[in-house]
Amino acid sequence: MAFIPHTEHDIREMLAVIGAPSIDALFDEIPAALRVQGLEGIPEAMSEMAIARLMSERARQDGRPLSFLGAGAYEHHIPSAVWAITTRGEFYSAYTPYQAEASQGTLQLIHEHQTMISSLTGMEVANASLYDGGSAVAEAALMAVRAHRKSKSLRILVPSTVNPNYRRVAVSTAGNQGLRFESVAYSRETGCIDPLALEALRGEDLAALVIQQPNFFGQLEDVDALTDWAHSAGMLVIAVVNPTSLAMLKPPGEWGTKGADICVGEGQPLGVPLSSGGPYFGFMTTRLEYVRAMPGRIVGRTVDLEGKRGYTLTLQAREQHIRRGKATSNICTNQGLLMTAATIYMSLLGPAGLAKVAESCMARTQQLQSALCRVRGVRAAFAGARFHESVLLLDRPAAAVLRSLEAQGILGGVDLSADYPELGPALLVCATETKTDDDIERFANALGVALQAARAA
Amino acid sequence: MNQILEKSIFEYSREGRGAAAQQPPALVGAGAAAAHEAQSALPAALRRRSKPLLPEVSELDVVRHFTRLSQLNFSIDTNFYPLGSCTMKYNPKACNQYAMLPEFLARHPLAPDSQGQGFLSCMVELQEMLEEVTGMKAVSLNPMAGAQGEFAGVAMIRAYHHARGDLARNEIIVPEAAHGTNPATATMCGCVVREIPVDAEGDVDIAALEKAVGPHTAGIMLTNPSTLGVFERKIQEVARIVHGAGGLLYYDGANLNAILGKVRPGDMGFDVIHMNLHKTFSTPHGGGGPGAGAVGVSARLEPFLPVPVVGREGEAYRWLTEVDRPQSIGRLSAFMGNAGVLLRAYIYMRMLGRSGMSQVGEFATLNANYLLARLRAAGFDLAYPTRRASHEFIITLRRQAKELNVTAMDVAKRLLDYGFHAPTTYFPLLVPECLLIEPTETESRETLDAFVEAMVAILAETETDAAKLKGAPWTMPVRRLDDVRAAKQLELTWKPVNSAA
Repeated sequence: MAFIPHTEHDIREMLAVIGAPSIDALFDEIPAALRVQGLEGIPEAMSEMAIARLMSERARQDGRPLSFLGAGAYEHHIPSAVWAITTRGEFYSAYTPYQAEASQGTLQLIHEHQTMISSLTGMEVANASLYDGGSAVAEAALMAVRAHRKSKSLRILVPSTVNPNYRRVAVSTAGNQGLRFESVAYSRETGCIDPLALEALRGEDLAALVIQQPNFFGQLEDVDALTDWAHSAGMLVIAVVNPTSLAMLKPPGEWGTKGADICVGEGQPLGVPLSSGGPYFGFMTTRLEYVRAMPGRIVGRTVDLEGKRGYTLTLQAREQHIRRGKATSNICTNQGLLMTAATIYMSLLGPAGLAKVAESCMARTQQLQSALCRVRGVRAAFAGARFHESVLLLDRPAAAVLRSLEAQGILGGVDLSADYPELGPALLVCATETKTDDDIERFANALGVALQAARAA
Repeated sequence: MNQILEKSIFEYSREGRGAAAQQPPALVGAGAAAAHEAQSALPAALRRRSKPLLPEVSELDVVRHFTRLSQLNFSIDTNFYPLGSCTMKYNPKACNQYAMLPEFLARHPLAPDSQGQGFLSCMVELQEMLEEVTGMKAVSLNPMAGAQGEFAGVAMIRAYHHARGDLARNEIIVPEAAHGTNPATATMCGCVVREIPVDAEGDVDIAALEKAVGPHTAGIMLTNPSTLGVFERKIQEVARIVHGAGGLLYYDGANLNAILGKVRPGDMGFDVIHMNLHKTFSTPHGGGGPGAGAVGVSARLEPFLPVPVVGREGEAYRWLTEVDRPQSIGRLSAFMGNAGVLLRAYIYMRMLGRSGMSQVGEFATLNANYLLARLRAAGFDLAYPTRRASHEFIITLRRQAKELNVTAMDVAKRLLDYGFHAPTTYFPLLVPECLLIEPTETESRETLDAFVEAMVAILAETETDAAKLKGAPWTMPVRRLDDVRAAKQLELTWKPVNSAA
C-alpha cells in the first residue's frame, strides 16, 4: 500500500480497539446506495521507478526551445540555493503558522519578506502573499473600494496598457460584487496611457486608477504625473509593478507627490520557475493607514511571556476564519512556499545583484530590439524608455512568423493580434539577463528567414 | 527542534558584501553598447534614488540563516501534525522531484501547445482522474487554492441561474458549523448568506432547511463529512429539498480524504465541488500554500467552468479558452493556475492508482476511529459520542475548562512540548473548547499510540500540575506569544534595534 504503513497485524488490533469487525464497517453511516462500486477510470498503481520513467518521457516531449516570451512571466537565473532550501521538509511540509511557537521559522521568514518587499516597493506594510499577479490586481481593486474614505464608487480605471489577463481576472473576481473596470486608451506613439483620454474622465466619480510600470508593452509610464492626476481627481492609485525593475526604477511609494496607495505585482521574477504559469505568488504592499483593509495573512513581531522577541500572525480580525461573511477576502491558503523562494532569492541577490539583473535585462532587450529592427520588415512600435520588453511591428502576419520561428527552435514572442488588433501584426518580445549575444543573433537570423518565407508564400 | 533563536537576516548585512556568483556578468561589446543606450534613454525622474532594504550577505550567510529558520518549524517531515481539516499527510518526495524536471520548470505559460504536449497530457489525465474519483462530469484545474475553488463554484451557481433568467436567486445556505471561507466566498460572489443549525448529532436540521429554501435560494454549501467530523447521513434528503426548491448543491472538498474511493460527491447529488489538492492529493502545504482548488461540475454547469481547461483534439491536447467556452465565469489567474502543484497531484494519483485511492479513505478513517476509541477510553469527552469518526473527530475540554480552568489552547500548547503539532483549536466554533484531530492515513499505529500517551500525560497534568499547561510551551524557541501586543503595537517590518523606539 503506497504510503500507508499498516501491517495486517496492526489492522486487526486497531479494529479490536475500535470494536468494529472490519474497516468497511467504519463506513456504516453512509447510505448503502451511495457506496462506490469501483473506480474503473483510475489506472493501476505505479512504482516510483515507473513514474520516474513516465515523467521523464513527458518532460522530454515538451522540449527546451530558446524563448523570448514574457508578458507577465519571465525567465531569470535562479540560484541553486533558492530551491535547495525552499524544498527542505521543514518549509515544504509545514502549514500556515497557526501554532506560532512551533512555526517561528516560517513566521520570521514572512516578516523578513514583508520588510524586503515593502522596501522594494517603497511602501510601509506588506502581506504574506496572494495567489498571483492577476488575482493581486483583483484584490487591490476590492481593497481600494473598501479603503476609499470619500467615494463609494465601484468604478476602477484599468488602462489598456495593463496586462489584459489581469483585467480579465479582476472582472471575474470582483465583478460579482458590482465593481466595474473601465479602460483608458494608450498613445500609439509612446505605448503609454494617453493623457488626453485620461483628462476626459476628470470629474467622474471613480475609485481608483491602476498604473502598470513597466506597462504590458514594456514601456515606462509617466508615473509621477499619472499619480498626481489620479489623486487630484479624488482617486486612489493602484501600482502594478515588476519587482526586478524596482532595483532600478522609482518605487510606487515615491510616485508623484504622495506616492501610490496600494502596490501589487507578480512575484514570479524573484526566483520562481516559469513552470507553465504557476505556482507563482502575488505581492501586495500599502500604507500603514490602509493595513486593516488589506487581505491576506500578515505577520507581526511581538514578545513572549519572558519578553523574548517572536513572531505571530496578526490583525486576524480582517480574515475569514474570524469575520466570516464580513472578511476582507475569502483568501486563507496563499502562496507561502513561493514567497519563501523569493525571500531567499532577494537575500542572495541583494540590492546590488538585483540592480545588475535589472540593468542587464534592460540592456539585452535594447540589444534585441536593435538587432531585430535591422531585419527587413521589422520596426519598433513605440518610442521612449522601456524595461525588458518591446513591441515589434511586422510586415507579415505574426502567427505564421511565430510558427516558422518555432520550427527553428525559437519561441519568438507573444502575438498581440487578439488583444490589440489595431497594431496590425505585432509581437511582444522579451530578453532577460539569461540571453547572450549568440541567442540574440540566432533570433535575428531566424526572424529574417521566417519573414522571407512568409513573403514567398 | 532547534531552540536557539536566529537573528534577522538584516543583522548579518554588511555594506558591500554579496553573493558574487549570483550576479549576471558585466556586459561587453554589443551588450555594453545597448546598456549605455538604454540607460541614457531612462529619464532621471523614473529612476530609483534610494537603495532598497535587501540584505548584503554572502551565499553561505543566506544558506545558514534560512536553514536555521527552517529548523524552528514543526513540519510533517519532522513531527506528527494532526491538524484537523488540513489533512497533513506525508508529501511523497517523488511528487516533488518529478514535477521539477528541468523541462517542466522552464516551460513558459504562453509557449504554444505544441511545445507542451507532455505537460498537457498530464493535465488532461489529471482532469479525468479527478472526474472519476468525484463522480463529476467535468473538471477545471484553474483555482489556486480551496477558497478560490469555492469562489469559482459559487460564481458558477450564480452564472447558471442568471443564464436561465432566474435572477432572484441570491441566497447561499450554509450550516452554522461551516468553514469561514464559505460565508466569505458567498459574499465575494455578491450573494447573501443564510445560516442554518445542525441537530444534536451533527446532521443538518432538516426542518430548518425546509424553512430556509425558497425562490431566493441559489444553493447550499456543504462539507461532507462535515466540519464536525461526521458523515451527513441525510445528504439525499438535503439534495432533494434543495433541488426541489430550484437551488444547487455545492460540495466543499475540504474533507474529501475521508471518503476517497468510498463514496463520490457526484453520486450524493452535488452539482459542483472543489477539491483541495494540497489535502487529499498530498501536494505540499508549503507553510501556507501553494494550494490547488480544482473544481468539478455536473453536466449542466460545464459551460460555466473557469478557463482555460485542457481539451483533447484527436491525438493532441490544447487549452480551451473564452473562445471555446463563451459562458465561462472567466479567468481566475493570469495563466492557468498552479501548474506545478497540479503535476505533483498527478504523480501522487498515478502512484496510488485505483486500489491505493480507496485505501486512502479507508485508512484515514481507521486511524481516526482508533485514536477516537483510545482517547475516549483515556477519559476525554467526545463532541459527538454516538457517531463514527470520519477521517477526523472532535474532543471537547469544556469540563476541564469549567472545573480546572484549563483550556483547549493550553492543551494544544502543551502538546508541542511532547513533540506533537497541535490539533486544530477552536474550530468549529460551535463546539466549546474543542480540538479537531485528523491523523491521516500515512501515520503508523506506533505514532498514534505515542500521541495518545502524550494526551494521557497532559490529562493527568490538568489535575496535578495545571501550571505546566498554562505556561506551555516550555521547550520551543519561544514561550507563549503576546498576540494582543502584536496587534496593538504593529511591528510589521524589521527595523534596527536602536531605532525601534
